Amino acid sequence: MNEVLFTVAQFIALAVAQGTPILFGSVGEILTEKSGNLNLGIPGIMYIGAISGVIGGYFCKRGGVVYPVLAILIPLVCCLLGSLLASMLYCFLTVNLRANQNVTGLALTTFGVGIGNFFGGSLMKLTGSTSASISLIEIARPYKANIPLFEGTWVGKLFFSYGFLVYVSIAIAVIASIVLKRTRVGLQLRAVGESPATADAAGINVTKYKYFATCAGGMIAGLGGLYYVMDYSNGLWSNNAFGDRGWLAIALVIFAVWKPAMGIFGSYLFGALFILYNYLGQNLKQSDQYLIQMLPYLVTILVLITISLRKKRENLPPASLGLSYFREER
Amino acid sequence: MAKTKKEPLFVVTKRAEISFKKGLLIRALAILAALVVCGIVTLVLTRQNPFIILKTIFSGAFGNDTRILETAYQTSILLIISVAVTPAFKMKFWNIGAEGQVLAGGLVTAVTMYYIGNSFASSFGNPLPAGMQILLIAIMAVLAILAGALWGVIPALFKAKWKTNETLFTLMMNYVAIQLVEAVRVTINKGGSGKVDSSILVQGWFPKIFGREYLIDIIVVVIVTGVIYVYLKYSKHGYEISVVGESENTAKYVGINVKKVIIRTMALSGAICGLAGLLIVGGASHALDKNMAGGRGFTAIMVSWLSKFNPLIMIFSSLFLVFLERGAKELASAPGIGLNESFSEILTGILLFFIIGCEFFINYKLTFRKSAKEVA
Repeated sequence: MNEVLFTVAQFIALAVAQGTPILFGSVGEILTEKSGNLNLGIPGIMYIGAISGVIGGYFCKRGGVVYPVLAILIPLVCCLLGSLLASMLYCFLTVNLRANQNVTGLALTTFGVGIGNFFGGSLMKLTGSTSASISLIEIARPYKANIPLFEGTWVGKLFFSYGFLVYVSIAIAVIASIVLKRTRVGLQLRAVGESPATADAAGINVTKYKYFATCAGGMIAGLGGLYYVMDYSNGLWSNNAFGDRGWLAIALVIFAVWKPAMGIFGSYLFGALFILYNYLGQNLKQSDQYLIQMLPYLVTILVLITISLRKKRENLPPASLGLSYFREER
Repeated sequence: MAKTKKEPLFVVTKRAEISFKKGLLIRALAILAALVVCGIVTLVLTRQNPFIILKTIFSGAFGNDTRILETAYQTSILLIISVAVTPAFKMKFWNIGAEGQVLAGGLVTAVTMYYIGNSFASSFGNPLPAGMQILLIAIMAVLAILAGALWGVIPALFKAKWKTNETLFTLMMNYVAIQLVEAVRVTINKGGSGKVDSSILVQGWFPKIFGREYLIDIIVVVIVTGVIYVYLKYSKHGYEISVVGESENTAKYVGINVKKVIIRTMALSGAICGLAGLLIVGGASHALDKNMAGGRGFTAIMVSWLSKFNPLIMIFSSLFLVFLERGAKELASAPGIGLNESFSEILTGILLFFIIGCEFFINYKLTFRKSAKEVA
């Protein structure tokens, strides 16, 4: 019995590890979209967040930092700073210069992935590493440190086997959910996303809210990149390893129908669907593996269709999503 | 005094119209500024003579015949995908699924080359007689175009009927296509390395012209670009597309069937993407690879938008981006410079940001506050 429970707990733990980067990304994107900004630059921002953390970590390591607190703080601050700058760039172009959000977002993603792989590659040259990766295992150790409770049992595996960023991601999702639903700030933010003209007339500072939500969202998404490098892959950066997780995060926003708390459930489900094929027995055909990995996307499409069919107001995307606001143009 | 303090530094107003010359000037300035920034970034990162770097970039893109042909081929593929997404964009249908539509076309091409091509070869002899060769390529073309169109039409149907968000739908279709490609790839090459490359897809290669590869691809792209230019500018369909793009309500009012236009246009967009997949697999790579589109589906959106939806300008925009990319590849391999391939993405990003930003100055006018003296 215990063995079965342990296997299940192990499966869930792996799903959580897979799901956490996209949870960060999607909560960030939900906040952003609630302000009416469809930020397709999130995949790029996650790369920038990750590489900023790695650069911070690299200098920690070279400086011989031994204190775990600093090993956590320096990459964390670098990551937040990097993703903040990237988000501000997006905001400046779309809010102040009213540029097309889709094009700006895609350009930011191109740029961000480029930054990640470029500096990743440069660091590899600096370290003279022979393999195609940078190893920051010492810096990553405090990120991976888990709470030593119930070790070796399923309870420990299920609840206490994660690095602190996993708990941070859940906390952020819950807080974001409460802020959006229950506070004045959240109400005003939603108003900006639904109808900026109305919000503006009611005296809400549309520009401020758009900046605030997009930058906060970008920083949260950046943490997803940091988690991926430091925790999920043990401080190992290799170019393009982060893959399409950023786009998956954008998909998850739809799956979660713009509710951060739903994002927690959704991201772990996505994670589970991704590793499911490992558990379906040895004689599973390789091609079926890929077809099973298609499930998250198919499910997302289904959700997308369903919400557009039912047109329940609380499940629809923010009404002004993707549109720039210009007061004089009402 | 208090009043002048409150007055903002400048007022933004929408421009009614801008002269062609002035628009061009603003864009040229933006590109110039972007190039200066790119130059500074390159200089800081490499600490090398900028002219040596420029020379390296040029030789990477146009250094010899092979490189020129490769640059022309890469440009043509980016160009055809940009042309493909344009009709939909003009209609304000945000199709970011070109990647998936190209994959769908390429996948079907590869499957046809493998299964139908091999069965042709076993019944008619290898190499195939010329007639059968042409028939095979025709089948590949028809199926690839249909597959691309199908991949594009599915989101369009839902958009037309239930207003399902097309940006997110088409994005998801990309990943469905990627997984399908992977599944087919390991099915074709069971147990082996898993690669489906030119040693496996041996039938249905496009013939060489003047002993050169890629030339057929380039010719097809030139024709498609011309046709779409005329289609958008002079045909009734093209007019309907721009009316729907400007205002759906106006379109309904003048009696345009908006749903039909959306579905028809997306089918066209998808079909051209499918054709691009055919050109990649049949005309160049002869391989089934999930990276065959290589992000071009996204780059194409930017190319199309930068070129103001004009297929003729897209020739230059895509050439320019490919030039940067190939140049940066050369920089990466050049000894002593120490950049890597992703450098081109950074340069592309900087350029795009400037061009995106400069649109503001084309669409809006800044009127600066008159100096305090005049007010007083």
